[in-house]
Amino acid sequence: MGSLKDRVAIVGMGCTNFGEHWNKGTEDLAVESFFEALEDAGIEKKEIEACYVSTVMSSIIGISGAVAADALKLKDIPIIRNENWCASGHIALIEACMAVASGAYDTVLALGVEKLKDTGYPGLGTGRGMHPVYEARRTSPGSFGLIATRYFEQYGLTPEQGKEALAKIEVKNHDNGSLCPKAHFKNKITIEQVLKAPIIAWPLGLFDCCGNSDGSACAIVTTPEKAEALKKDPIYLKGFGISTDSMLPHFRPGFTWTSFNALVNSSRKAYEMAGIKNPREELSLAEVHDCFSITELLIYEDFGLSPRGRAKEDIDAGFFQRDGGLPVNIDGGLKCFGHPIGASGLRMTYEVYKQLQGKAQKPERQIKNPRLGLAHTFGGPPQLSAVAIFGNEKG
Amino acid sequence: MVGIALSGTYIPAFRLDRGIVAQNWGRASIGGERSVANNDEDSATMAVEASINCLTGMDPGLVDGLFFASTTGVYQEKMNAVLVAAATDMRRSITTADFTQSLRAGTGAVKSALDAVKAGSMKNVLVAAADARLGYPRSDQEQAFGDGAAAVLVSGDDVVAEYEGGYSICNEMFDVWRNPEDTYVRTWESRFILGEGYTANMVEAVSGLLKKMNLQAKDITRVIMPAPDARTHKGLAKKLGFDAETQLADPLLSKIGHCGAAQPLIMLAAALEQAQPGDRLLLACYGDGADAMLFKVTEAIKQERKNRTLEQYLAHKLPLTSYSRFLSYKGLVETVPGEPFRLFSSATVTWRDRNSILRCHASKCNQCGTVAFPVQRVCPICDAKDDFVEVRIAEMNGQVFTYTLDNLAGRSDDPVVVQTVAEFGAEKVRFYGMMTDCIPAQVKVGMPLGLTFRRIYDGMGMHNYFWKCRPLTIGGQE
Repeated sequence: MGSLKDRVAIVGMGCTNFGEHWNKGTEDLAVESFFEALEDAGIEKKEIEACYVSTVMSSIIGISGAVAADALKLKDIPIIRNENWCASGHIALIEACMAVASGAYDTVLALGVEKLKDTGYPGLGTGRGMHPVYEARRTSPGSFGLIATRYFEQYGLTPEQGKEALAKIEVKNHDNGSLCPKAHFKNKITIEQVLKAPIIAWPLGLFDCCGNSDGSACAIVTTPEKAEALKKDPIYLKGFGISTDSMLPHFRPGFTWTSFNALVNSSRKAYEMAGIKNPREELSLAEVHDCFSITELLIYEDFGLSPRGRAKEDIDAGFFQRDGGLPVNIDGGLKCFGHPIGASGLRMTYEVYKQLQGKAQKPERQIKNPRLGLAHTFGGPPQLSAVAIFGNEKG
Repeated sequence: MVGIALSGTYIPAFRLDRGIVAQNWGRASIGGERSVANNDEDSATMAVEASINCLTGMDPGLVDGLFFASTTGVYQEKMNAVLVAAATDMRRSITTADFTQSLRAGTGAVKSALDAVKAGSMKNVLVAAADARLGYPRSDQEQAFGDGAAAVLVSGDDVVAEYEGGYSICNEMFDVWRNPEDTYVRTWESRFILGEGYTANMVEAVSGLLKKMNLQAKDITRVIMPAPDARTHKGLAKKLGFDAETQLADPLLSKIGHCGAAQPLIMLAAALEQAQPGDRLLLACYGDGADAMLFKVTEAIKQERKNRTLEQYLAHKLPLTSYSRFLSYKGLVETVPGEPFRLFSSATVTWRDRNSILRCHASKCNQCGTVAFPVQRVCPICDAKDDFVEVRIAEMNGQVFTYTLDNLAGRSDDPVVVQTVAEFGAEKVRFYGMMTDCIPAQVKVGMPLGLTFRRIYDGMGMHNYFWKCRPLTIGGQE
């Protein structure tokens, strides 16, 4: 596989506030993130030569790229829609980077937008998988609850021990979110609150689940040369990895439920391209897919950030806190932003981009001397993972 | 020799203490408890349960005909027997028929099966009877009716009960009936229906049979007579000269209630589970007339059977503690629409995947032996393409691999769905689905499970059936 390290740069990004935007539609959200990115990049709309748009649930029958054309009045350019469940935003961004690296275009927009709050139900709904029988009544919390039960079983944790470890992840994410102006939830929470919250899908309670919100985020990518001509602090793509497992894990023979090949393989590919040997030491921050608390714990281990089976020790030691060895989800994560599916990958990338530029909105949440940042989404039943790593210096 | 070769019952796990119903209406309980089908059960699924239980140890491919009997079939136009045959994994080249619209549907189906086998047109005919009738709220019938099923295999080989003869009468009157638009069973004044209907017709049929067979009441070992209530049952026996203590089979009214067209077969199967060679069993069933049938138990009854007995079903139970939930499970009150109302069905998808969805077939790879459910064209382990045999996993036992108690996926009157990943059989076939007939708080990794055929949701006017996990024991009872 060829490398795209330092061959593409992000020159502008935009991100809406995430939340319950009852009075804004898909188009409003896209307009807000896009015009912020244009201003940030310092380019005009006509310079955008192609667009990769990521949106999952905004319509019933096919969506196509027209959703972006309609909203942004993009005229006569190719607009390619990406739908890969929760990883859609990242994969749209990676496709945009590949389009620039191919030489076909100089300046490409990757736009993620999702309007969950028009659907009439909280959460992603029930039985919205690929099969009307095998996935009937399957829910997202249910699928991830299966992971938590098995993790506790495999590593001999009592439900109390396991739930407390997971609670600490969410207390951390809410603490981070409380400082992030664009987050949906900005309240701090306590371990006791998490443990006493109503159960959604045992052993996962309310605070183990991310919120549901509306939002949009986007990135303008271009060649390093053009980026450097436009601004002094472009952010470079260092590596990426995408991996999709075969067969619904629920039915997959021998599947452990405590480690996902898609997570292991997507991170390994990204580290290799970026030249990262020890991610725990080399990464300055990681924005990972905390759709549920157990997902973030699993990612610590599958991404090589914690030793296998020992994530709890790092959680207890505060290693992933804002002031820890490797801050994870320093913006509050999906937990505090909610998860408008198609937008999330780009929203996470927005945080990495701002941190690497030293432009986090408040000084107290700015990481000191950051170098490399990872952003990641994990989608589906779960089955599909996409990782992108960025840096603020070439080489 | 033509007769019954195999038999088996099925009683749903839920039991409703009649006192709960009575208390709700401020009236007296008729005593005991009644069986209640779970909200994922109907007459078709109960018939599948009874059929599988009946056929334990026999290849369903040897069955030549399936007769389904019920007054509460699932469809107005569409054959229930075909669904039951598929879920029981029978051949396509069999005769199927639904017997319906009378409490004599079960005995009528057995009589037709006996005639078919005697005539030589079929060797093995399975009769599966199931019912789940509704009495009007506050009525005696609401308490008295139960839900249940039974199946008997009528055959010319290895019969445990030889059919000796029968006597039937038909009788036109309005005593107990349901019009097409009716949810509940209608009745005329009880003294009329019990006297001129039930008792008079049963006396006529049973007396007619005894006379035809040149037998007297004392020659019968066990008298199997479903009855609307215990008092009428005893009165009928007395009139016919049967001894209530020694000859009468328990009509099961206090334990499960009257399960409609299935009741005579449930009682017959229960009697066979207690029978000795040489016993004479008299089965009589009322409904728009009466059927009386005589069986003689053979030496084959001594062969050990591994299926579940009625005794086991009676012990394996879960209390249904709320009258409100009884009403909503029966579809009589509409609770807040939960998630399932948004599910969609596809007739084409369920048809294409019928071997896995209905027949519970997995694919066993010819190259590496991996068994994967549902059927996979490409082996998930060794990548062999289209190189497999289909194997049925429905009768395998297994255990919970992981689970979650999902509060979002259920009906609002039954909100917790136990999403379950399980491993079945020596091949550890992975299965994912819902767990039913369980106490969610007691679910554990490693808990022993079986599979059961259930209605998982309705969508777009279609009933969607699939398999669910079920604990092998409840409160220590198998």
